[in-house]
Amino acid sequence: MLLIKCPWCGYRDQSEFSAQGEAHIERPENPHDLDEEQWGDYLFFRKNPKGVHYERWVHVHGCRRWFNVIRNTATDHIHATYRPGDPIPALSDEETDQPA
Amino acid sequence: MAVTPKPYSIFSLARNALNYHQGWQRAWRDAEPKRHYEVVIIGGGGHGLATAYYLARECGIRDVAVVEKGWLGGGNTGRNTTIVRSNYLWDESAGLYEHAMKLWEGLSADLNYNVMFSQRGLLHLAHSVHDMQEIGRRGNAIYLNGIDSEFVTPQQVREMVPFINLDCRYPVHGALLQKRGGTARHDAVAWGYARAADNLGVDIIQNCEVTGFQIEDNTVKGVETTRGRIGAKKIGCVVAGHCSVLAEMAGFRLPIESFPLQALVSEPVKPVLDCVVMSGAIHAYISQSDKGELVIGAGSDAYLSYSQRGGFDIIEHTVGSIVELYPIFSRLKMLRQWGGIVDVTVDRSPLISKTPVNNLFFNCGWGTGGFKATPGSGHVFAHSIKAGDMHPIAEPFSINRFNTGALIDEGAAAAVAH
Ligand SMILES: Cc1cc2nc3c(=O)[nH]c(=O)nc-3n(C[C@H](O)[C@H](O)[C@H](O)COP(=O)(O)OP(=O)(O)OC[C@H]3O[C@@H](n4cnc5c(N)ncnc54)[C@H](O)[C@@H]3O)c2cc1C
Ligand SMILES: [Zn+2]
Repeated sequence: MLLIKCPWCGYRDQSEFSAQGEAHIERPENPHDLDEEQWGDYLFFRKNPKGVHYERWVHVHGCRRWFNVIRNTATDHIHATYRPGDPIPALSDEETDQPA
Repeated sequence: MAVTPKPYSIFSLARNALNYHQGWQRAWRDAEPKRHYEVVIIGGGGHGLATAYYLARECGIRDVAVVEKGWLGGGNTGRNTTIVRSNYLWDESAGLYEHAMKLWEGLSADLNYNVMFSQRGLLHLAHSVHDMQEIGRRGNAIYLNGIDSEFVTPQQVREMVPFINLDCRYPVHGALLQKRGGTARHDAVAWGYARAADNLGVDIIQNCEVTGFQIEDNTVKGVETTRGRIGAKKIGCVVAGHCSVLAEMAGFRLPIESFPLQALVSEPVKPVLDCVVMSGAIHAYISQSDKGELVIGAGSDAYLSYSQRGGFDIIEHTVGSIVELYPIFSRLKMLRQWGGIVDVTVDRSPLISKTPVNNLFFNCGWGTGGFKATPGSGHVFAHSIKAGDMHPIAEPFSINRFNTGALIDEGAAAAVAH
């Protein structure tokens, strides 16, 4: 089980949280202008990387707020958590160079 | 070329028994990669090996290599709870999974390898009004597709599983029974396909990881591997949880996310459970292997991960459900627990598809439930690769359904399913 640092509440058990998938996917400005390809891409296609992943979590059984997590999906190591709108924390070269 | 192995039979068993079992030959050659093949299959799980077998056996293409980064069946094929069934809601799924079921029914004879396919019957329990509505809808749809499916009462469930606790925290209101459903020996499926494919001339290359693709003019020409470059006219990529990693190497993304899914087995005990019992709503699946172990399938972790492990909270939840439904198992010791990385699409249906790169085909997205489809998946994928166009059964499962919206939503139909 992961130990996750909610940016508001501090460290809590993963069972208090709910994972919500890839972060920083922007909703298209003008959905009506998108063709099938772009709309499908926005809705369903994902990076799904083996390595560093930027993802969203919600503290459902806590403050109920959303935030972002940088986690390595190969090792489950959490590099950082940050609030929506905060600048994305930079990783050291070593960190981004995790085994893929 | 392949050395034709002696067929397995009751006589070979007797002969080898007299010989203290020292005369058995290896089941397939340890092939060195050639520089070029007509078809390269990436991934030596059941689906990849089955694809190679049907290419050689039915499509007249024997210049085939299967490249596997680890050992055969070391992925989800050797990690699954071996449940086989074909009771899906939608017509497209019925076509695919029933095609597989029919191949299962003759598979041991076809491969000359005992895959221990056992149609011991499969119960899908309904624990709530919603579950009853779901099995009502799905059961009738299955029936209309000409696939066997019966509704059974709690009393009938008790006749099949006398020790079940019907009136518990998860009351059993009824169940859907597929009598032709059951289990098969997972390793034997990989080994049986490998041996039969090798026998037809297919090169099986283990410890050979694909690290990149050679693509010219948007057409694939070969793969880079840890054992050198291997050229190919056509490539089929069948790597389950790692499909997004391979897609990235080829320059595109997939509508897939990878999650850990766990299973566990108990110490072996005398025969006690002679059918498969599934409870989708509470993530508890159980059957008894021929060795006597209870084989228990759990739910998947809710976050993307490639760490073949899985969280303990998931195991706790599953074991809690199992003990509530089957109190007599409460003092059994669990021997082993493991995880596999499953490739999940939002509609819980697979991708068997062309890709944005010419001559590169993907077969993935089987998620938590692709073992049952192994023969059918390999069969339609082989024919699709040969033709350069998708087999009619595979056609609806193309990647572009996520653009057109023609999803095949088995997820909403069955919550989760194995
Ligand atoms: C715990 C668990 C329980 C399950 N229970 C059931 C069940 O009861 N019934 C059911 O129908 N399904 C079940 N499934 C799902 C089922 O196991 C899979 O859908 C199915 O086995 C997938 O087969 P495959 O051949 O596509 O993949 P795999 O067997 O995973 O094979 C893919 C292979 O590709 C190889 N590979 C990956 N990357 C590379 C690379 N770069 N180069 C070369 N090779 C590579 C891997 O090493 C692997 O051997 C379960 C899965 C799990 C994890
Ligand atoms: Zn919080």
